[in-house]
Amino acid sequence: MSKVSGIIDKLLFFTLVPSFFLALWLVFIWSPVERVMGAPQKIFYFHVGCAWVAFLAFIIVGYYSVRNLIKPNMNHHIAAGISAEIGVIFTTVTLLSGMIWGKSSWNTWWTWEPRLATTLILWFIYVAYLFVRKMEGSWENIARLSAVFGIIGCINVPIVFMAIRWWNTKLHPVVFGEGKDQSGGGIAPEMLLTLLFSIFTITVLYAFLMRKGIEIEKMRDTVRRAKNRAISRLAS
Amino acid sequence: MSILIDAWTIAWKDLSNELKTKQTIGMMVIFSSLVILVFSFAFDPTNNMVKAVIPGLVWLITIFSGILGLNRSFLSEHENDCLTGLRSAPIDPSSIYLGKVLANFIVVTVVQVISIPVLFILFDYRFLGAILWFMLIVIVGTFGFIIVGTFLAALAANAKNSEMLLPVLLLPLLSPLMIAAVQGTRIVLENQDISDAISWLQLMAAYDLLFLAACFFLFEFIMEGS
Repeated sequence: MSKVSGIIDKLLFFTLVPSFFLALWLVFIWSPVERVMGAPQKIFYFHVGCAWVAFLAFIIVGYYSVRNLIKPNMNHHIAAGISAEIGVIFTTVTLLSGMIWGKSSWNTWWTWEPRLATTLILWFIYVAYLFVRKMEGSWENIARLSAVFGIIGCINVPIVFMAIRWWNTKLHPVVFGEGKDQSGGGIAPEMLLTLLFSIFTITVLYAFLMRKGIEIEKMRDTVRRAKNRAISRLAS
Repeated sequence: MSILIDAWTIAWKDLSNELKTKQTIGMMVIFSSLVILVFSFAFDPTNNMVKAVIPGLVWLITIFSGILGLNRSFLSEHENDCLTGLRSAPIDPSSIYLGKVLANFIVVTVVQVISIPVLFILFDYRFLGAILWFMLIVIVGTFGFIIVGTFLAALAANAKNSEMLLPVLLLPLLSPLMIAAVQGTRIVLENQDISDAISWLQLMAAYDLLFLAACFFLFEFIMEGS
């Protein structure tokens, strides 16, 4: 079992490193500079990749939450927590890179636009989820409560998006054609390839971080148990 | 059917308790008036801006004062371990949830009946909109707020710092409802086309139904351990 997971770890690591350099090369050297927005448009590749992982991580939190409610399981509990922690990081990166891009192309740091606001609210839900996990009590109890909150949060995200979309929809470029003639601009094939590759790379990064995080958390758990055992032995 | 009867029993227990002490409602009314007072410093009430902020203020005072009441609704059950008593009673756990929702909804509505007119008077706002639509939007919005709020109050009551935890959990989840409620209220108060308000109402109703179903089924898991 541990041999297989070791191989998976190695495989992930050795895909991740070269593909990251390749992605950097594709983004900064190979892909053409956008005509209107110029160099800041390069943020786009990382921004979209991070946003995708942020939402993916949340879906995974929801998935493990459901599994956890059906049958409490320490591994699922840990996986959901790690996914949420990575999700916070990627949501933060998405927000920050989006702000920088927004400043250069819309000349404003922030605007209340569906995707922006949804991402911000997603960030708050993630943080709230982590607060629930920091509660005191037995892990079964926390696992159940946090799973419940994870599910409720998951239901909420699409509703938030719809609500804000109705509220005001103006600024975000519709890159991939909604409508027949790819209205909103479309995308050059080189850019599309670069984008897809950087999304792939960041997803591999997520998988790698996820595995490492779970391992560390499991080690922590083992140490905690050993400590408790030692303390109880000393006390007796 | 028995779920509803049990729920009403629990709601009536809370309400009669409240009628006797009048502490929570009193606090909530005072607090919402204080929020209005503070906002009158923040926005110059003689200005034309009042018209723009009134729809948001209606919901701000509801939520701020509502959170006070929601905090109490499960924490008060911790005294003498009443929650264990409720849980071991031969009733469906969901009826505890429904009962709490009912009690909280009635309390918050009573507070609104006092605080919204106070808001209009203190900000010298002339109500010209359709009063029935306004009331409908307020009721549907408040109901959604209470559905999610009661559920999360039960969840947060497991923590030691539940008073701090509840708003952090609740406000992000409320955001779609609040957008819809504020927009709907604005449309009604400004006497615009009602059909726009109806689409916001539909969104609120969908939110209410979805979360009522989800919370109804998930409440058992919250009650299980604790």
